[in-house]
Amino acid sequence: MASICFYFQVHQPTRLKHYTVFDKKEHYFDDHKNGTICKKVAEKCYLPANRLLLDVINKFQGKFKISYSITGVLLEQLFSFSPKVIDTFCQLAETGCVEFLAETYYHSLSFLYSHDEFIEQVNKHTKAIETLFGQKPKVFRNTELIYNNDLAQLIESMGCFDAIITEGADHILGYRSPNFVYTPSGCSKLKLLLKNYSLSDDVAFRFSNRNWAQWPLTADKFARWINKVNGNGNVVNLFMDYETFGEHQWENTGIFEFMKHLPEEILRHPDNNFKTPSEVAESYPSMDTVDVPHLISWADTERDLSAWLGNAMQSNAIHELYRLEKKVKNFSDDKLLSDWRKLQTSDHFYYMCTKYFADGDVHKYFNPYDSPYDSYINFMNVLGNLQKRCSKKEDTVCPV
Amino acid sequence: MKVLMLGWEFPPFISGGLGTACYGLTKAMDSLGIKVTFVLPKMVDANYGDHVKLLSPEPNQSSEEFFKLDALKNVTFRTISSSLQPYLTPKLYHEKIEELHLKKQKMNRVFSWENKKLCENDYVYENTPKPISTNSGQNYDGDMYTEVNNYAAMAVKLAQNEQFDVIHAHDWMTYPAAVAVASATNKPLVVHVHSTEFDRSGEHVNQTIYDIERAGMHAANKIIAVSHLTRNIIITRYGISGEKVEVVHNAVERNGNWALNKNFIKKDEKIVLFLGRITMQKGPEYFLQAAKKVLEVMDDVKFVMAGSGDMMHRTIEMAAELGIGQKVLFTGFLQGEDVQKIYKMADIYVMPSVSEPFGIAPLEALENDVPVIISKQSGVSEVLTHALKVDFWDVEEMANKIIAVLKYPPLQITLRDYGNFEVRKLRWKESATKCAKIYQEALVSV
Repeated sequence: MASICFYFQVHQPTRLKHYTVFDKKEHYFDDHKNGTICKKVAEKCYLPANRLLLDVINKFQGKFKISYSITGVLLEQLFSFSPKVIDTFCQLAETGCVEFLAETYYHSLSFLYSHDEFIEQVNKHTKAIETLFGQKPKVFRNTELIYNNDLAQLIESMGCFDAIITEGADHILGYRSPNFVYTPSGCSKLKLLLKNYSLSDDVAFRFSNRNWAQWPLTADKFARWINKVNGNGNVVNLFMDYETFGEHQWENTGIFEFMKHLPEEILRHPDNNFKTPSEVAESYPSMDTVDVPHLISWADTERDLSAWLGNAMQSNAIHELYRLEKKVKNFSDDKLLSDWRKLQTSDHFYYMCTKYFADGDVHKYFNPYDSPYDSYINFMNVLGNLQKRCSKKEDTVCPV
Repeated sequence: MKVLMLGWEFPPFISGGLGTACYGLTKAMDSLGIKVTFVLPKMVDANYGDHVKLLSPEPNQSSEEFFKLDALKNVTFRTISSSLQPYLTPKLYHEKIEELHLKKQKMNRVFSWENKKLCENDYVYENTPKPISTNSGQNYDGDMYTEVNNYAAMAVKLAQNEQFDVIHAHDWMTYPAAVAVASATNKPLVVHVHSTEFDRSGEHVNQTIYDIERAGMHAANKIIAVSHLTRNIIITRYGISGEKVEVVHNAVERNGNWALNKNFIKKDEKIVLFLGRITMQKGPEYFLQAAKKVLEVMDDVKFVMAGSGDMMHRTIEMAAELGIGQKVLFTGFLQGEDVQKIYKMADIYVMPSVSEPFGIAPLEALENDVPVIISKQSGVSEVLTHALKVDFWDVEEMANKIIAVLKYPPLQITLRDYGNFEVRKLRWKESATKCAKIYQEALVSV
């Protein structure tokens, strides 16, 4: 039996506007740019992909299932700039074939810096998903699939999740296959689902690469690879950014056609089926305990945190940011809290990454800044203003 | 491969990046085994300083001189007495010549020719100026264009006794000489464009210089541009076909001679450094405007302007007018160890050039562990990624970036470390190899 488990990550950061040390305004975000990008991605990816998947779900009457993790910062932007996308997600939710996962509302790295803040953000996200889509998330995924034993234990202790998702990194699995369900070290109930990065990346990264020996990738070819898992695995976890459809892989690469025909080809084999992450966790027993003492992620070949925290600027910026937590939370100022939290979105730190910067690779493509240095300067100028706001409040709250 | 190279300056006779580039390139060619005869004009002026060693034959015998440097085995230097100097304008040239005349007349009264002393080395100290002999007096008629042509005539004479395969000429003053040598010897010509009249003079180009540049470029079999920026100017402004123009970026010499420890210098103020000629092209006024803005936010900062040039007085006045005179220091032209010292003191180097075909100084700054802010309108911006980049006119952004570097040590550290690493990859050997390939192409095209 091989179950295919699709999970799509849906996220756009709230990008900062150009903010110099001379700026005084307390509005930090580039509404115009965020709106433009949001609308563009909605037109190229979210709307066509949602409509396509809705059609396929209706066609297969319960046999085709998928899951999403949509960040709170994107939901807010969709409400402002492209509410139609929310409608189509609601329609998807109503089919009963779509599961929504939980994550930090702000797509943050808060787990690494403040457990209190982390739990607040997970709860905020859960609440938003429940309100919008009428289902309480049962499976958790952390930002960028950042994970270790401590995270799994924290999630289990929260008591509302059945499973957690992370990268099926070679160095945590050793000889083991990602195509089974596992238990995180130190957990009893919580299950661990691991991304099959090889098959996931065939779609997400290699699909349109003409230098790839397997190009072009067709639905029946991909289904044959999936069929090979039969007999030596229970589940194939295909986890990828939703923007794979139409944004990372453009429509003219045939990615939508591929997705349209894939369910049919997969279901041609009688032993195959589609399951959501919750169903996978429920259907299959844990085969082993996986011990992950050190942090991993799904990024780059290193599968570590160096894309966000690899240089002195990144760690300085994030430390300065979290140092404000107590102050920010002391005042009941929703705007201040929300601004502070939007600065936590991992993308801000990703833009400061100097790794591969000179090579002009994927890091550059998604970077609104000319250089990691520009992004750090901009972030620190914004943070400087936020700090001033805090100090000003302190002065007025407790006048000396 | 034997190259007849025509330049205008060579260390220690330097006043700018051209000499540094010629030195780096020639040294790398030497190490690649390329034989170079380097011809350069030698101004008969005592200002070069007494650490300069030139072998000079009998003083009155010839206008040509010949010498070799021990370090460079494959390079022979030939100098032609001439008053050409880089970065001169016709007007400045005239003033310089007048000054030289006066000085020589004065000196003549003090020294007699026979007093000239030989030093114990192989070389002769050229620390006393030669009096103007009657037969060379015609060279000093105060007209730079005539001098350029005289230089060309002498270069042809010199070239007739030289063996070489290709001619390599650096910037416009040597183009007439190079073109003349090429047509006299039928050898291929490569011209190396370190800057154009548009970089030096903006839109107010000197037509004569432009014409000389254009003629040189059109006569050349191949053109080497120091950046894509310059290559575009050559194609669009001089009407040269793109396939003739190749880009060879400059590089930087590895130093390590100066073991100055940064910790030795105690200072309670941050230092922002401008190092370069103080001319229109280098954008000194943008530096000052940015300084003014920085000082609105920070107090413990000094702005050091190291260099000299025709805008120096105006720049000093401007600092005063902006009310930041006490915060801006002018050091004049710096050389050798003084340059290293100023780098060791600096927290950030700023190059606000209006138009910079390449710009070697930022590479030297990074080599000396000083992070850099460079103008986007510069060739060096093509090879540096670990640098802050601004439009030269955007003084607010320039100030924003200066403040950030001074305020956030992690930014300074990251820029410095990655920048230094990046600069290490820019080696003259690579540039010289590219030139050698271009020579081969030029040889085929003849």
